[in-house]
Amino acid sequence: MLNSLPESPQVYLFGTCLIDTFYPKAGLDAIALLELAGYEVVFPQAQTCCGQPPYNSGFKAPALKIARQTIKLLSSKDIPVIVPSASCASMIKNHYPALFQKDTSDAQLAHNLSLRTFELIDFLADKLPYGQQLSFPHCKVTLHQSCSALREMGVASAWRAILEKLNNLEICFPENKQECCGFGGTFAVKSDAISAVMTEDKCQNLMATGGASILSGDMGCLMNIGEHIKFEGQADPCLHLASFLVKRFGLNHED
Amino acid sequence: MKTKFSKRIELALADSQLRMNFRGAMDFLRNKRQLAFNDVEEWQALRKKGAAIRQDAIQRLPELLTQLEHQCQQNGIQVHWAEDGNEANKIILNIAQQHNAKQVIKGKSMATEEIELNDFLEKHEIDCIESDMGEYIVQLDNEKPSHIIMPAIHKNTAQITDLFEKKLGISTPSGDVDALIGVGRRILRERFEHADIGISGVNFAIADTGTLCLVENEGNGRLSTTAPPVHIALMGIEKVIPNIQVLPTLQRLLTRSATGQHITSYLNLISSPRKKGELDGPKEVHLVLLDNGRANISQDEKLQSTLACIRCGACMNHCPVYTRIGGHAYGSTYPGPIGQVVMPQIKGFKQEGELLDACSLNGACGEACPVEIDLPELIRTLRHRKQESSSTCWSKEVFIWFVWTKIHLHPWLYRQATLLMAVFRTLNLNYPKGWTRTRTMPKAAKMSLHRQVRERSKTKKKKENE
Ligand code: SF4
Repeated sequence: MLNSLPESPQVYLFGTCLIDTFYPKAGLDAIALLELAGYEVVFPQAQTCCGQPPYNSGFKAPALKIARQTIKLLSSKDIPVIVPSASCASMIKNHYPALFQKDTSDAQLAHNLSLRTFELIDFLADKLPYGQQLSFPHCKVTLHQSCSALREMGVASAWRAILEKLNNLEICFPENKQECCGFGGTFAVKSDAISAVMTEDKCQNLMATGGASILSGDMGCLMNIGEHIKFEGQADPCLHLASFLVKRFGLNHED
Repeated sequence: MKTKFSKRIELALADSQLRMNFRGAMDFLRNKRQLAFNDVEEWQALRKKGAAIRQDAIQRLPELLTQLEHQCQQNGIQVHWAEDGNEANKIILNIAQQHNAKQVIKGKSMATEEIELNDFLEKHEIDCIESDMGEYIVQLDNEKPSHIIMPAIHKNTAQITDLFEKKLGISTPSGDVDALIGVGRRILRERFEHADIGISGVNFAIADTGTLCLVENEGNGRLSTTAPPVHIALMGIEKVIPNIQVLPTLQRLLTRSATGQHITSYLNLISSPRKKGELDGPKEVHLVLLDNGRANISQDEKLQSTLACIRCGACMNHCPVYTRIGGHAYGSTYPGPIGQVVMPQIKGFKQEGELLDACSLNGACGEACPVEIDLPELIRTLRHRKQESSSTCWSKEVFIWFVWTKIHLHPWLYRQATLLMAVFRTLNLNYPKGWTRTRTMPKAAKMSLHRQVRERSKTKKKKENE
């Protein structure tokens, strides 16, 4: 019935397997924000994982197969691919192209996909109607800049910038903010002793800031941090940046 | 079963003194480096230049080495080639025996650590004394260096004071670093006088002039290479650079990355033995060129950047794993990220492959490297190679990834799997153990994102049709 109106531009959402299984709320919030920014979100039901877990653990062949499948899936439309996780976004953007022999059609497709792939918050930073945000009393939050956001994707400054545009918000950073939280995918299980110490240090530094919430755009880090804080007997203060923004813009969706 | 490396890691982590020493030292070094590179644009430009210089040298390795050999010989430096550590040791022993040497004094050199020269010479009754203060401390305590730039960084002042008292019978006022250095100096001076041979490493070897370049802060390197009548320099073949014009760039990157210094205290350029009419300097200079797997690495397109390393140590200073476990836990000549990359390549996966696990691929090392070595990518590539070359085709890990791949390659299966997880979400599994040692298990959501999106579009359609 709205056929006469111009169609809104489309984007793919690659939800990531972690958000899909454990934190779907963050995925729905990502959709809500993208819609607020004027996009129609296409969510292919055949998506699974980006393949990063085996890829980083030494298993290249499975990663290659998953990459082929994902590339095919996300190439039927030539539209942006939005990923609500810097590390999964980096897998698609930075590592897929390197998986294939140069000058093959696979490499071409991977390259094309790479150019269209964006981390969610970075993509949204200049597209949200900041004038529409609700007013909130003063509040302090702590930002965890993930390693992928800082380095491979270089989007950590966009995370900060988006928070700086929100009203009455004080943004804190933990001591040693550039240091890894100890997650690293299978590293957390394979090198559990070191990972545990890194996680404990990170959580201590994060909690010491006194922020009401710990925000990040990488659900892997947040799972690591949140589950440790719960292990210590405290409530999980972690929130995906998308979920925090959704609150700020008063976007409610049925959970 | 615990592997040896994981056991060493647990031990290191349990040593609170060690952890404090490392954390303090690494934070200090990182801050100093940060201050030295506070101009981001300059850092990036310098780094680009440094990376290009090293890449070019690695590409032209055979050509540059031939030129270096020729120029050195022209200058009167005797050149020897060693395929591996064993050969290098024998060459050095041979030279020592020709001179009836009983005492050797060594400047700081990681290459001599790599070939375990001290042990080898000792077996042949040649006394080998370290002249670098850090190396001297480590040697005194029968240890190995725990850092490639700061060999004794794992010890604090109090521990060194105790060591000197115990091993040398000399007591110094507690906390007095200068007094400790004074003691070391006095002892080493004597050794310099009596040494038959001086052994050093090489930071850069300049091909077109046949010049050996040694960067150091204490002056011991200069003494080791000038006081004894014979000087033997050992270098990995990758240290060659084309000409002196590229030296300032590399040298600036090296000292700032290593210790945050803008300039080194001593820059030694050694071009020949003592010439006729000259009053000092060694009568003989030998250069031993060590391959030990490097030529093979240089042929491997995906791994050759390993050889660009200028051994500044910044990658370990920035590594969250190294910062916590320190160098000894790695149990290898080179610790930290560069060690994790070098060791499996020169000693094989069987012996050193487990080093590759101790990395979260966070990227801090690669970001700090002054010659743009993509260390995380090298570690990832080596993990792939290790897996591909593994002879055990059916392990628990292989099985897990086999099943994982089956599920994730079939979207329908994958959706059933997430459904299963949602159904059994309240099952409180204490697995995997590594995860639950310091974390609770995450609970699967009642409804996956896939499912919620499906439901959402259903209701949307319904609404539209109404
Ligand atoms: S790999 Fe890079 S950072 Fe590490 S020691 Fe070598 S040059 Fe320095």
